[in-house]
Amino acid sequence: MSEHIVQPKSYYKIFGALMVLTALTVVVAFFDFGALNDIVAMTIAVTKATLVILFFMHVFYSSRLTKTIVVAGFFWLAIMFVMIGSDYLSRGYVPRGITNYVERH
Amino acid sequence: MATRVEDSTLIPAVHDTHANHRVAHHDPHTEDASGHHPALQHHFDNLEQQRDATTLGMWTFLVTEIMFFGGLFMAYTVYRVFNPEAFEAASRVLEIKYGAINTAVLIASSLTMAMAVYFSQIGNRKLLVAFLGLTMILGTAFLGIKAIEYSHKFAHNTYPGAVPFEVDHHVVEEYEREKGRPFPDINRVQMFYVIYYGMTGIHALHMVIGIIALGFLTFYGYRGAYSPEYNSPVELTGLYWHFVDIVWIFLFPLLYLIGRH
Repeated sequence: MSEHIVQPKSYYKIFGALMVLTALTVVVAFFDFGALNDIVAMTIAVTKATLVILFFMHVFYSSRLTKTIVVAGFFWLAIMFVMIGSDYLSRGYVPRGITNYVERH
Repeated sequence: MATRVEDSTLIPAVHDTHANHRVAHHDPHTEDASGHHPALQHHFDNLEQQRDATTLGMWTFLVTEIMFFGGLFMAYTVYRVFNPEAFEAASRVLEIKYGAINTAVLIASSLTMAMAVYFSQIGNRKLLVAFLGLTMILGTAFLGIKAIEYSHKFAHNTYPGAVPFEVDHHVVEEYEREKGRPFPDINRVQMFYVIYYGMTGIHALHMVIGIIALGFLTFYGYRGAYSPEYNSPVELTGLYWHFVDIVWIFLFPLLYLIGRH
């Protein structure tokens, strides 16, 4: 049989790591790192999600085709964030005077 | 040319040793007699190809779920960028203990789900059913804690559309004492709660669907439907359950932890 069976021991380890990271994200939230707070919280969340995807969801042991689909899914999510983000976050970059000038002519 | 099996998942094998059987027996019911595993659907070459195809199909569905929740996370991001202070103040109103306990409950349920998949793979029916049941209990506990949390918020008129929309005055006083400035515009705070109820509500709906699916698995698992050769329903429901866990892994810091420092 070619199916890879993940042993319970590795599941316990992943579970432990996820619990430690959960405690860590709560603790660091009470310290003021300025803009870094969000970056730290998201780094921990992405690490936890990666552990779940690779080991609980067996993607680490899956075929290359499955891995490609998973990566493509998150890649398209990134495209959505970049395109919508670059619209909303750049509003107001153009000085008011210029838009007024364009509207008048 | 020797092709590695894992690379040719969906490509029919060139040297198909079962080709003669298939020509001889068109009726899928006779395939048992010709050496096929009863769990093998007739349109697959072998169990491994069948398993890879079902995993791929499930992941294709999960990619649509990534985009679905992605849109909600995008909405959160846009509103938060335009109302940073209101969002951080609104986040302080949520009680960390409920969010943290629920995160732990959900991660524990992911462990029990993974264990259920393991016991279906080695063909231990008793422990498969036990761990499926445990996963359902933990999932229900999550929803119970969420219900308590929602009812606390409703008691303080902290829900979108409440007349008037309010938050717990203790949090407001503490905020003003600590920060030395007035609590942000209550309508912008309300916008945080529109997104909070939208995202946690849809997440909870996914949990309910997952628990129902686990109910079916427990029933069929008890009747002995799953074996080391055939356990795709358990594996695929596991993928769904872990995905719902991942959504919460992002919701917890973004909703509960942003205004604490």
